[in-house]
Amino acid sequence: MTTGNWHEIDAQGLHYRGLNERIREVLNEGSRRIVVKNVCGQRYIGDALGENAEIILEGVPGNDLAAFMDGPRITVRGNAQDGVGNTMNRGEVIIYGDAGDIVGYAMRGGRIFVKGDVGYRVGIHMKAYKEFFPVVVVGGGARDFLGEYMAGGLLVVLGMNREEVAGDFIGTGMHGGQMFLRGEVDPRRLGKEVKIGKVTSSDTKLLKKHVGDFCAYFGFDLEKILKKPFTKIYPYSHRPYGTIYAY
Amino acid sequence: MGVWGSAQRTEKDISGCGIVGIMNERGDAFSGESIAVSICTMMERGNGLGAGFAGYGIYPDFKDYWCFHVMYQEEKAREAVEEYLAKRFVLKHQGPIPTNTVRALRSVPLLWRYFFDVRNEVKDAAGEEDYIVECLMEINRNIAGAFVFSSGKNMGIFKGAGNPDEIADFYRISDYSGYLWTAHNRFPTNTPGWWGGAHPFGILNWSVVHNGEISSYGVNRRYLEGFGYYCSLSTDTEVMAYLFDLLVRRHGFSFDVVGKIVASSFWSQIERIEDADERAFLRALRLVYGSALVNGPFAVIVANANYMVGLNDRIKLRPLVAARRGDYLYISSEEAAIRMVSNDLDCVWMPTAGEPTIGRLQDGEA
Repeated sequence: MTTGNWHEIDAQGLHYRGLNERIREVLNEGSRRIVVKNVCGQRYIGDALGENAEIILEGVPGNDLAAFMDGPRITVRGNAQDGVGNTMNRGEVIIYGDAGDIVGYAMRGGRIFVKGDVGYRVGIHMKAYKEFFPVVVVGGGARDFLGEYMAGGLLVVLGMNREEVAGDFIGTGMHGGQMFLRGEVDPRRLGKEVKIGKVTSSDTKLLKKHVGDFCAYFGFDLEKILKKPFTKIYPYSHRPYGTIYAY
Repeated sequence: MGVWGSAQRTEKDISGCGIVGIMNERGDAFSGESIAVSICTMMERGNGLGAGFAGYGIYPDFKDYWCFHVMYQEEKAREAVEEYLAKRFVLKHQGPIPTNTVRALRSVPLLWRYFFDVRNEVKDAAGEEDYIVECLMEINRNIAGAFVFSSGKNMGIFKGAGNPDEIADFYRISDYSGYLWTAHNRFPTNTPGWWGGAHPFGILNWSVVHNGEISSYGVNRRYLEGFGYYCSLSTDTEVMAYLFDLLVRRHGFSFDVVGKIVASSFWSQIERIEDADERAFLRALRLVYGSALVNGPFAVIVANANYMVGLNDRIKLRPLVAARRGDYLYISSEEAAIRMVSNDLDCVWMPTAGEPTIGRLQDGEA
């Protein structure tokens, strides 16, 4: 069904295979704007899609949303579950609610914006290479093991309406990339492999760009958000376990 | 005891079990259909080697009688168990558990249920529950081809090797009404998929559905043996059922304290706590109950007649989501499984590692 130039798909009663096949069909027919209604738990939506398409999801998509995704912009009008952007390469995911554990798992490129809170191990093993630079911006708070084994890219947590911006063991095993957490961070919450650094002017420029886009999507005031200083967290070494495994 | 019809798999798919629980805290009964619809939303979390349901308040006509659900590999085992039960209990009612034929299911055992009372002299000795535990342990250990898989009052566990839709259809789950239901969709990784190994696991009124694996199984098992619990079911989850029975029923702890024992904080986190009394208490718990710490990734939903409790491991290696709507509490591996049966929720949240999510029956026993 087509309304305006938006193609509508009803996901009610569809298994993930059927739903993802339907989305591919619609893209192959030439549509670039898709609204999926009544999404409830279907996994792998947007999996490996390469088109520059707009996809709006109404409901709660299942695990591994936008896994290996390579182009589209997915907007979720609801909460997302675990594994958003697993090994994602290009494109954007915009989530109006909360997201679960391991957001941005092994992400290689593209951007993820979450308006609400996120779960455990967000940004685990994100990585960057040349022009590929993954970005995750979270409006609410994050739980333990934020940026675990992170190897590259940018992780920003704004901690709006919360006392603690993140949980314990921040950056455990981190060996690349950087994190910016808004407000103070108790150093006892840090993993052994990271330290707190000074926010430089080039950091501020980077933050303005991505937090600015976050504000544009969700309707926040950038100036107000930037008033509260950020804590920069980065790794001591790019090979923290080098002496353990190599002789 | 053999592991009947166990399916051995060599390949491993990437997935994890699915669990869900729905409780009406006012005690209003609802059909088992919702729990079946809910667990089937998470079909990908299992692989057809196990599914099951626990329902509370489902036997109102026999609510004061103990009820054993027993699976038998053969008629001979049934005769032996019935002879055993007749000697020790006063039988009220017995019969086959009603089932539908589901062609996809394999190695279906004989399934019977027994409603009974203990003899007066046992009642007078005030050790009724321990006596029930002793008897079911004896059956499960000593009568070949027999397995008691449900042993509470006004509750029942229904489970087998199959997909959740098949098992729900097989046991006619939607024909029962209860105020608290839990369900499981199994993806066995370390232990065989067989009818008795499916979840929920139960002892007395306790039932447990579990996603994950218990790396501390050996330590927990040896610890529990010291208190008369014998693990014989080829699945790590049974230690969780026995630990809850030991810590809550016998040692009298609240669920909050049980959470601090089985999913304790790290020493570094305990040392940071400012309140000296609380710090000392948490240290003492770790020292005294070190062998009851459950290590490894897990998410469980534990239930009894009055409570439904969700709990994660100490670093949250398995998913758990909770939600409320009116008198209903929902706990699930995935939010979608809750939304499928109740989209208009008052609140949804992800419980933190080691933090119990507790549903309590109003006017139930504390």
